[in-house]
Formats: sequence, structure tokens, C-alpha cells
Amino acid sequence: MLEELGTNDQGDMIINVGPQHPSTHGVLHLVITLHGETVKKVEPHLGYIHRSIEKMSESLSYRQFSYVTSRMDYLSSHINNHACALAVEKGLQLEIPGRAQYIRVILDELTRIASHQLWWGALAMDLGAFTPFFYSFREREMINEVMEETCGARLTMNYIVPGGVMFDLHPDFQKKVKIFLAEFKSKIHEYNELVTGNIIFQNRTKGVGYISKENAISYGMTGPSGRGSGFKCDVRKLHPYELYDQLKFEEITEEGGDAFARYMVRIREMEQSMNIIEQLIDNIPEGDFQAKTKAVLKLPKGDFYSRVETARGELGVYIVSEGGTTPYRIKYRSPGFSNLSALNDLAVGGKLGDLMATMGTLDLVIPDIDR
Amino acid sequence: MFSLEKLVSIIQAWLQSTLRDPWAYVVVCVMVGVAAIALFAILGLMLVYMERKVAAHMQIRLGPNRVGPMGLFQTTADTLKLVMKEGLTPDGADKFLFNLAPFMVMIAAMLILAPIAFAKNFQIWDISIGVLYVAAVSSVAVIGILMAGWSSNNKYSLLGAMRSAAQIVSYELSAGLSILAIVILSGSLKISDIINSQADGWWIIKGHIPVIIAFIVFIIAVTAETNRAPFDLAEAESELTAGFHTEYSGMKFALFFLAEYINIFIGCAIGATIFLGGWMPFHIGNWEAFNHVMDFIPSSLWFIGKTVFLIFLIMWFRWTFPRLRVDQLLNLEWKYLLPISMVNLLVVTLMAIMGWHL
Amino acid sequence: MFLKEYFKTVYQTISSLLTGMRLTGYYFTHTKEIITQQYPETKPVLADRFRGEVIMPHNETNEHRCTGCTACELACPNGTIKIVTKNEINAEGKKKKAIDTFVYRLELCTMCNLCVQACPSDAIIMSNAFEHSVYDRRLLTKVLNKPGSKIMEGVE
Repeated sequence: MLEELGTNDQGDMIINVGPQHPSTHGVLHLVITLHGETVKKVEPHLGYIHRSIEKMSESLSYRQFSYVTSRMDYLSSHINNHACALAVEKGLQLEIPGRAQYIRVILDELTRIASHQLWWGALAMDLGAFTPFFYSFREREMINEVMEETCGARLTMNYIVPGGVMFDLHPDFQKKVKIFLAEFKSKIHEYNELVTGNIIFQNRTKGVGYISKENAISYGMTGPSGRGSGFKCDVRKLHPYELYDQLKFEEITEEGGDAFARYMVRIREMEQSMNIIEQLIDNIPEGDFQAKTKAVLKLPKGDFYSRVETARGELGVYIVSEGGTTPYRIKYRSPGFSNLSALNDLAVGGKLGDLMATMGTLDLVIPDIDR
Repeated sequence: MFSLEKLVSIIQAWLQSTLRDPWAYVVVCVMVGVAAIALFAILGLMLVYMERKVAAHMQIRLGPNRVGPMGLFQTTADTLKLVMKEGLTPDGADKFLFNLAPFMVMIAAMLILAPIAFAKNFQIWDISIGVLYVAAVSSVAVIGILMAGWSSNNKYSLLGAMRSAAQIVSYELSAGLSILAIVILSGSLKISDIINSQADGWWIIKGHIPVIIAFIVFIIAVTAETNRAPFDLAEAESELTAGFHTEYSGMKFALFFLAEYINIFIGCAIGATIFLGGWMPFHIGNWEAFNHVMDFIPSSLWFIGKTVFLIFLIMWFRWTFPRLRVDQLLNLEWKYLLPISMVNLLVVTLMAIMGWHL
Repeated sequence: MFLKEYFKTVYQTISSLLTGMRLTGYYFTHTKEIITQQYPETKPVLADRFRGEVIMPHNETNEHRCTGCTACELACPNGTIKIVTKNEINAEGKKKKAIDTFVYRLELCTMCNLCVQACPSDAIIMSNAFEHSVYDRRLLTKVLNKPGSKIMEGVE
């Protein structure tokens, strides 16, 4: 009876945040228990946009299944495709041409920048500032145009395929990426002026949504969210794939463990990604963009696992093959799911407004959690 | 030269010559009522349009530009849409209070209009306790907001209403204190007296730093009292979807929306009257020629110009800053604004006693 | 000491807020920075590779290159393409497989480009068209081969 009225026996208010709610970035359903303004419990309810991607992939061939992963974490669709391609290539023991590797890494990093830009605008919007959203989209649009020219799509690319990439680079690619880098470098100070340095923003995020390194590890928080607690979990450093072992870049960690630390990790990561792209953009080797593959791919019997660092954390793709043309079972280890599991720990004790700051800095993409 | 004062006296003279005394008053009352409602509608439309344009240009967008020249009729079209929409009342709502609340908010906004001097001798009611009246009536709006929040039978609305109550009640203090600084300097509560005391210079200029501080505190307090970002906790979109008016639709929602803009206008009009001299033109000491040119601009334009400037300032805040958290909001008031304005009031009193402001 | 801290906080607060306001104020006054594209008047310039929908190019004599091999149908992950074939008798009197209808269901298509990649005779390509809205969803089921069209000479 009390549950029906939306209160529990201690007189706390139980509120549904979502599935339709402006700050859940999609359709996350949280049931929160509020004592006045203070959050006492956060309970995520999943399943609202479950599309059964893992099961669906069992009936798709090895060429087909990766296009669906663009629709998991739609903000880093390149990196998702990359993870699938890596797993299949592991099974086929394919050697990827150098040019394809360069293209893949550059596009991964561009995707990471674009994702962090959108996150920056969306976080500011969660905290009530609307204008940053438009500034971040202005720069993100430049990346989208580069993607559109080379990959033929703006969001769900399906450009990285087993064996390489689908097409060769567009002739303007290098020029446009350089223009973007120069432009973004001259604009990134605006990000700091408008949001990072703003006293209201700092008060809203500093000390909010704290999680210790031990807890972050035990919840399996990866990506910028884990690194904000000082957990060195960058797959690009720990298990380098493609060219990452040859590149010079810094793994960004912050010790704060609060929302502001996670924010700073992402802001600094954008600079690191630009650094990576600068190392590669002038040295793209000539050659094939795709390894020779058979028309129908058949993986040998066994299981194959690949892991990549998406904009949100570690994405694992686990394929079990029975030797046929379709996988026997596919399992995705998505970063958003593990990061969301820590939300209760992060938000309890804070105010309702802190919950939004916490969710914003976890950078949740709901289709990634629900799949 | 165009002057609202002449227009009023012509109409009054004509009415008194054609109608007998009680009827002339009735006609005047009706005319004032119609004029006030018309002003509300026009103000609402223009301010919403202005807000959208200001927001758009700050956000490197164009803003409304399709309906009418430069999108001028966009807000009219939106209003038409709202009028035609169904006004839903939720099932578990307290129907009487739910339907009353938007009118409460609107009536509170309309009442404050009375003592505002729009131009020289163009004022509905020059009450002798004008400033006190404004301060008192402006807190009535919170009742309407609380009513809306409580009667909606929605937890988001309730949270928004409670936030709004805490916010308006506390910011009322510093708004009052900063107005009091000028009351001390000018020695009167009457709006027309306050304006006349600024004939030789606006208070913000001749009041030195203490008045500037009072002005800043007042602007912050007005932003908070009108529930505008960065203090828009009552309707905090990303937290409470729409706060106290979550359940409202159609014309009832439009009334809340309109009341918000009317409140901004009134807050800024009070600020312009008290700190920036109302309709008083800008004069510099002995520059006769310059002062004469300034006098040539109609007093109503001076008033509107100053008010629009303050409104723009508040819009600028909204489209730049993130929102405060509820405890930080109250911290800001009780730990910073209130002590500052109290000390400031002391300084102003000292200034008035010593006659430094002259 | 306490007072110094207090005023320092006040100063930092105001200066950080003014920095933000200067930025938005800059964009407010510099209207040339506006990036709005007024869509129906100025059409967006799309990249050549932009994947909008699958089309089957026909030449001026109403001939296409599709042999009806159904490679695209097999490559499609969503069942977007359905090819109905028929047997045609060619000039030499031999029976030959040809397409009757090439059904393409735009509402199911995810523009993944796998069908175009799979096609051995380059019969289908991706076009730039992106304005797909219709009032009736039946209009989204398209037949790509034009009526009366034939296969091009020399395409096997």
C-alpha cells in the first residue's frame, strides 16, 4: 500500500526517474528513494530498450553481426565495430595491412573526441547550462563531416570490417582532419572558460559522486570513469591492439574519484587523442586498405575474445564458434553496464541534483547498457 | 514630442467633460484594466521572442525566423497553439487548487504592476508605500506555486514547489534589504519620490560603491525570485522534468509561462526605477546641451530602455551559467548575500547620515 | 584571515562568472559565427559516399546490371532485399534466369552497405537521397528495377 503511494515506511519518497526523463540520456529507468532532497537509494531498472543484440547476432554471419554493434554505444560506433573486427580477425588469424591499421586508429581517436565533445555538452545540460551543448556540437560537426566523407555515415558507420576497412580514405581526409585539429585546439579554451572554470560548475561537481579506487575496481568501472578514481585501466596501454604499442601517449588518471575528476579525465583525454592523431595523420602508409578475405567467413572451432578501449571504457567481444558461418554465442562486455552498477554507491547521500551530475560524468549511453 | 502624460490628461479631460463623476471613474478603471491585460499579452509575446533570439544568438543559432518577418509572429503562433490545446487535469489532483494556482500566480504578477511608473506622471497608482507594497505582493506568487505543486499530485511538482518556496522566501530578504538601501538614501517609500530624488543623477552613479553592491545583490535576488537560471531549481528541467508545472498543459501552462516573463519584467522595472532612475533621463552635471538632448527622448523610452537592459542581463545569466544545487542556493543567500547586504545597508545609512551621496 | 578567504571566494566567483559571460557575450555580438543551416532553402552538401538508400542505376536504354544472383539478399542482415526471379528466353532461344522484381524495403534498411559490397556485377549502389519521409509506409517498399527494364548486354 505504501509502495503504491510512492512512500516507504520511513516516509521517504520513491520516485521514478525515467524511462522518459530529460537527464537520463535515453531511456534509463531509475527508481530512487528520496529523503527530502537527499538520495537514499538508487535502483536502476534495465530492459526498456533491450533489443536482444547478442541473441540476434547468433543468426548473423561474421560479416553481418558487427553492424548491430554500431547501435550499442552509438557514440563510439567505430570502436565497437573495431572490437568485433578484431575478434573475427583473431579467429581467422588475418594479417591486417598497415594502412588499414592507421585508418582504424585515427578513426577510433576521432570517435573518442566526438564522443567526449557530446558528453561535455550533455553534462553541462544536465547541470542546467544549455549553451555549451551548441558549442560542442559545432566542433563535433566537423568530425561528423570527416566521417561522412570517408565512411559514408555520420553515426552508425559500419566502416571497419573484418580484414580492414570498407573503403579507402577520402582524398580530403588528411586535410580535413588537420583543419579540425587546428580549429579544435583554438576552441578548447572556450570549454574551460565556459564550464571548467565556472565556480558554479566546480561546486556542483567537486566532492560529488565520490568512489574510491578499491570500489571502482571491484565494480569493474573502466574508462574515464574508472580512471577518475586513479584506476589505471586503459586497454590501449594494458593490452595494446593495432598500433597503440608504438604510439606515445599518456594514460590520463586523476586521483579525485569525484565527478570533477572524471570530468577532467575526459577533457584531458581529448587532448591526448589529438596528440595520437597528430602522430599518425602524416604517416599513413600506402597500400591495401583491406586484407584478402573469402566471401564467406568461417571461424574455426573455439572461442575468441577481443578488448578495446571505447570512449566509455573497456568493451569486450567474446565469440564462441562451432566452426560454422555464424557464431554459436556472442557476449559483449559493455563498459556502461559496469559503470552503471556503481551508481548507487556514487549517488547515495548526495542531493537529487548530485545524482544528475554523477550520471552525467559516468557518461552513460543506455543502449550500451541494455543492448 | 510624444508623451504619455499628455495622452492621459487629454483622455481624462474628455471623460470628465462627457460623463458624470462616478461613471468617469468606472470607465477609467475599465480602461486601465484593459490596458494592463493588453500590456501583459504584448509583454509576454515580446519577451518570449526576445529570450529566444538572445538564447539563439548566444548559442550560435538564428532563432525563430520563419513565422512572419524575422520570426516576429512565432510566439503568437505558439500562444495560439497553447490556447487550442486541451487543459488536462490529472486524476488524483485537487481540482479546485489545481485550476486556481495559475490564476494566483498571474494575479500576483498583475498586482505589482500598479505602482510602476512607466513614464513621467504615467502610473496606475502612486501609493505612498510603493516599495513596501511591491516587496509584499511579490511574495504572494509563492502561494500560487506551492498550490500548483501540491495539487498536481505529482512528486516532481511537489519537490519543485518546495524548492521554490524555500528559494523565494529567502531571496526576498536580500532583495528587500537592497531596496532599503535606496529608501534610506532617498528618504521615501513612494515610487515617484524615489524617481524624483534621482533628477540630478541616478542612484547607481551618485551612490558610489555601496549602491553598486546593492544593485548586484538586487539583480541576483530578482533572478532567484523569478525562478530563472542559474536559480531555476523550481523547474530544473534535468532534475524535475518541469518542476511545479509538470502537470499543466494548454492555457494553464501558458499562464505560468506568461507569469514568469511578467515577473522578470516587473523585477527589472523595479530595479530600473530604484537604481537607474526610472524614466529619468541621463544627465551629466553642467553639460546643458547634452542634458537637453537627453530630455528630448521621451520618458517612456528611457524607462523601457533601462528595463530591457536589465532583462537582457538576466537572460545573459540564464544562457551562460549552470544551475546551482539547492543547498548551494541557500548557502549563497544566507552566507553571502544576506551578510553582504546587511553590512552594505549599514554603510549606506552612514553615507546618508553624513551626506556623502550629495 | 577568515575575512580574506571570504573576499577571495567572492572575487573568484565573480571573475569566473564574468569569464563565461564574456564568451557568450562575444557570440551574441558576433553574428557571423552563427552556424545554422536553413535546411529547405539551402540543401546540405553531402559527401559522395553518403549512404542514403539503395538504388539500381539504369542506363538510357532502360537496362540495369542485375543478374538476380541474390548475393545482396544473402548479405543483408535485415531481410531488406527480396529478389523475385523469372526465366527469360533470350534471342538464341535459351532459357536464362533474370530478375522479375527487385524489392527493397527502405523501412528495414540500416544503410550498412553490405549488399553493395556483396554485389558481383555492381548492379546496386548507395545514393545520397536522405529525404525519406512519406505519408504512407507502404511507399517505403520500393521496386528498384524499372518496369520493362532488361539486363545490360555482357553482364553475367
